[in-house]
Amino acid sequence: MRETEVLIIGGGPAGLCAAVSALESGASVTILERNRRLGGQLVKQTHMFFGSKEQYASFRGIDIPAILLEKLEKYGDKLRVETDCTALGIYEDGVVTALFGEERYVKYLPKAIVVATGASEKALAFENNDLPGIYGAGAVQTLMNVYGVKPGNKVLMVGAGNIGLIVSYQLMQAGVEVVAVLDAAPKIGGYCVHASKIRRAGVPILVSHTVTRALGDKTLEGAIVCEMDEKFNVIEGTEKRYDCDVMCISVGLTPLTELLGMAGCEMKYVPELSGIVPARNKAYMTSRDGIFVAGDVSGIEEASAAMVEGYLAGLHCAAYAGYKSENFAQKVEDLEGQLAKLRGGPSGAHILRGIQKNVKED
Amino acid sequence: MLIKTGVPTEEQVKEVFPPIERINKGRVAVAECFQRIPCNPCEYSCVKKAICVGEDINNTPNVDFEKCSGCGVCLTKCPGLAIMLVDGSKSAESVEFSVPYEFMPLPTVGEEISVVNRSGEVITRGVVSEVLNAKSFDRTPIVRFVVAREFLYAARYLKREVK
Repeated sequence: MRETEVLIIGGGPAGLCAAVSALESGASVTILERNRRLGGQLVKQTHMFFGSKEQYASFRGIDIPAILLEKLEKYGDKLRVETDCTALGIYEDGVVTALFGEERYVKYLPKAIVVATGASEKALAFENNDLPGIYGAGAVQTLMNVYGVKPGNKVLMVGAGNIGLIVSYQLMQAGVEVVAVLDAAPKIGGYCVHASKIRRAGVPILVSHTVTRALGDKTLEGAIVCEMDEKFNVIEGTEKRYDCDVMCISVGLTPLTELLGMAGCEMKYVPELSGIVPARNKAYMTSRDGIFVAGDVSGIEEASAAMVEGYLAGLHCAAYAGYKSENFAQKVEDLEGQLAKLRGGPSGAHILRGIQKNVKED
Repeated sequence: MLIKTGVPTEEQVKEVFPPIERINKGRVAVAECFQRIPCNPCEYSCVKKAICVGEDINNTPNVDFEKCSGCGVCLTKCPGLAIMLVDGSKSAESVEFSVPYEFMPLPTVGEEISVVNRSGEVITRGVVSEVLNAKSFDRTPIVRFVVAREFLYAARYLKREVK
């Protein structure tokens, strides 16, 4: 049994920021990260971030882990980072089990936990959707930007949210042709500046369109694309064939909440937060005392918001573990102010509606 | 329509363009940022304090064309690559555009290029006049190119070279 005051599950933007503020508060921290390096999805985000100074706007996602790791460095032995280590369960007695590598199991008994496990990509149902060559857009981004592997030559992007638009742009940067970006919705879901950027670089964006069938014998060779009406029904006679050897599915993310569900936390379906999420209070604590959440696991949003939530959850979690930070109230107020600014626009209004449904006043 | 195609309307574009008298004085920023999103690096990157987003970071930017010196720092700091410079001071027949360009290979000075509009359609030919790639640009180079003046409101970008 290993002891640690604050255990953080997930070393992405939310988890790393939670670690920074928990350590600053004086707690000892262990981060469990299932990948071989820290950073979560930041490690493949070669584009510049939106937001403001405090959330490292204008910096490229790939450069942000180093900034956060530098903040963690000075805490020395107070911080333990375990990579290639997957948390398997949070038990009734507060014990967390983790798998190191492929066969070594370790138990932790923390005073408090921050679950910052992030999200996974949603799938889309259509005929032949299991053909090799059909990927999640995030998977293609990992292949290209982390491993330097070109996924193919002609890509059809399904989904015009920020991920679909950004990955399309990065595919073009890698010298891959993007034949079109589709979205079933009647309007572009991602930021218009991203859409304009790929449109002027020659990629058509087709809203109210969907893919109905993938073509190919052993691997993907093309796709049948159809127009949709305002009720999301396929319009007969609008079938068009696109030749492609890669299709990227980018139809949204869903929170990775399994650990919380198994731990008995109260869960709720909140469409604005993109799925089943843990109910929480204003201090980011779930219905189980001592289990906190931050980032996409409690609702899909931009990484900039995940970082601020991480700082907040880290402060609250450390306070729960007996380490209330100096100027606690002021820090909380400042961070909550940052979130309010980030969520002050139309996309934020949607998130705020979800949070209102999910966050207990107390 | 911008929200359906990614292409802004001519009215939207003209609304954010500087007056022609200012363009004829030298380089000036045009920020094609039409949607309320939470973002303000253009404001704090501008040493001349010529760009204002304001307290609500979801506001779209407002460029003070008289304060703008056309330095181009904002081009490399805007995460949406939505800002460009236009310059009509060098000749009565042509205008020069400066755009952030993140594709390899970079064009070379003197190279003839195809120039595209906001829909990505080739509308004319242009000549690359300068390529800047300072370390402080953080991997967002700036390409300057010259086109005939009649394309002032239509030209937007250069066609990518695909090998």
